Amino acid sequence: MFVTEVLQVRHGVVAYGDRPVLRGVDLTVHGGEVVALLGANGSGKSTLIKAALGLVPLAGGEVRLFGTPLRRFRQWPRIGYVPQRLGAGGGVPATVGEVVAAGRLARRGWRPASSADKAAVTAAIESVGLADRVRDPVSTLSGGQQQRTLIARALAGEPELLILDEPTAGVDAASQETFAGALGDFVAKGGSVALVAHELGPLAPLIDRAVVLHDGLVAHDGPVPEPAGHHAHPEHDHVHPHPPHTPPSLWEAP
Amino acid sequence: MSIFAYQFMQYALLGTAITGLTAPALGVYLVQRRLSLIGDGIGHVALTGVGIGVLMHKSPVLVATVVAIIGAVAVEIIRERSKTSGDIALAILFYGGISGGVFLIGLSGASQGLNAFLFGSPLTISDADMVTIAVLGVAVLVVSIGLRPWLFAVCQDEEYAKVAGLPVRTLNVIVAVTAAVTVTTAMRSIGLLLVSALMVVPVATAQLVTRGFRTTMALSMALGLTSAVLGVVIAGPSDTAVGATVVLFAIALFLVVAVGSAGLRAWRRRSIPTGHPACDPPDVLLKVDR
Repeated sequence: MFVTEVLQVRHGVVAYGDRPVLRGVDLTVHGGEVVALLGANGSGKSTLIKAALGLVPLAGGEVRLFGTPLRRFRQWPRIGYVPQRLGAGGGVPATVGEVVAAGRLARRGWRPASSADKAAVTAAIESVGLADRVRDPVSTLSGGQQQRTLIARALAGEPELLILDEPTAGVDAASQETFAGALGDFVAKGGSVALVAHELGPLAPLIDRAVVLHDGLVAHDGPVPEPAGHHAHPEHDHVHPHPPHTPPSLWEAP
Repeated sequence: MSIFAYQFMQYALLGTAITGLTAPALGVYLVQRRLSLIGDGIGHVALTGVGIGVLMHKSPVLVATVVAIIGAVAVEIIRERSKTSGDIALAILFYGGISGGVFLIGLSGASQGLNAFLFGSPLTISDADMVTIAVLGVAVLVVSIGLRPWLFAVCQDEEYAKVAGLPVRTLNVIVAVTAAVTVTTAMRSIGLLLVSALMVVPVATAQLVTRGFRTTMALSMALGLTSAVLGVVIAGPSDTAVGATVVLFAIALFLVVAVGSAGLRAWRRRSIPTGHPACDPPDVLLKVDR
């Protein structure tokens, strides 16, 4: 059976304790599509992708990955996950090469690394422009370079769907451009993408569709909305905490 | 004739050397996960196993291994579900373990042997102990080195490992069980209360100068082995607290490397060239209109 929905969340509900974070959200990513999840801090966008990956339990609704319900899904090599930042592990130094090689394990299984595995890791590191930093500890990299390391780790598994949590947050302009280039190459080869973003920056031309979350619900699903009000100002730097009850109309497409 | 021609000295050297290699090989995963003191807690729990073994006239090392594995898996379950009460639960488990051990050994009337388990007594390693230590030591090395890519992935970023489809819970239990086996392997040579030092200190020393995980693991094993051999050679012939001597050597190596690497960094910093930039800043930085 040919399935075009690579990621599907139907009426997803997630609560942390008594506090509902997602209150019935629908999200679909089709094969070859690039979908941006937008919304203010606390709107539930990061929670939505964590729920889609099974990292946060659903209190209601259903998730399907490549047409298979999450509970029975085992084809993890098809998915590349890029978390917001490097994990808590960091007591011991690790090189860029070692971190990226961990991303190959999904596809490599329990075999010793083959030459194809090593080539995929090298290619992933080159695609994000870190070839000269392979042997450097990740702790000595800038925030943007660490983010690119995490993207290389996801690419090393040669996934079909990339899921990225705020890949450009706090990342310098040069790293954002490199990242947009690597993502563009991935999409050109037929990959699908779901990414959480606070602002799109150089990624904007790659985005096919935007889903805007507000207060745990989908406020918009369609073309990328134009920034409105003070958000539209070029020097608006998005460091302010949004008020808890920004009216959804602010985000609606014109 | 050298004292190392005697079998008991050879056993002391071999048993302690095995601990010097295995403790950092497994400890590097605990340090990476910032669980440096878990080895100490497992040692506490293992003492209850020693007590049961002594009381039932079974091999204390083997019974302690079984009890330590149960304790380590319990620690892993508590860690996985850790809520606010997690460290309280660990405290109860650890102090329950050490009290249970002291109580049971007291019941057996052999409490004068308690120190040998707490602080090690490598000169009294028996033939049976030596075989157990060697077999368990090899098992620890096979797991720590053979499963390095997978254990590294889980200890470095557990969420990512889950999405990569790795059997995260199984790998975590493997780390916990191997930590327990490492502790009981070290029990006769370094002692239950000191083994944790060899899991942590050589790793801390190595990462002062290394840049990657693999090199940290290799260097920490070399440092652990060096401390173990030095400790037995210096303190063995007079049988004066061999375990403690090994740990003091490990700490001395840490201090030497810490001072040496800090000095080297300061010297390098002074030799960084200063002065004018090699080229002008790009236009984009100059065209800010306010």
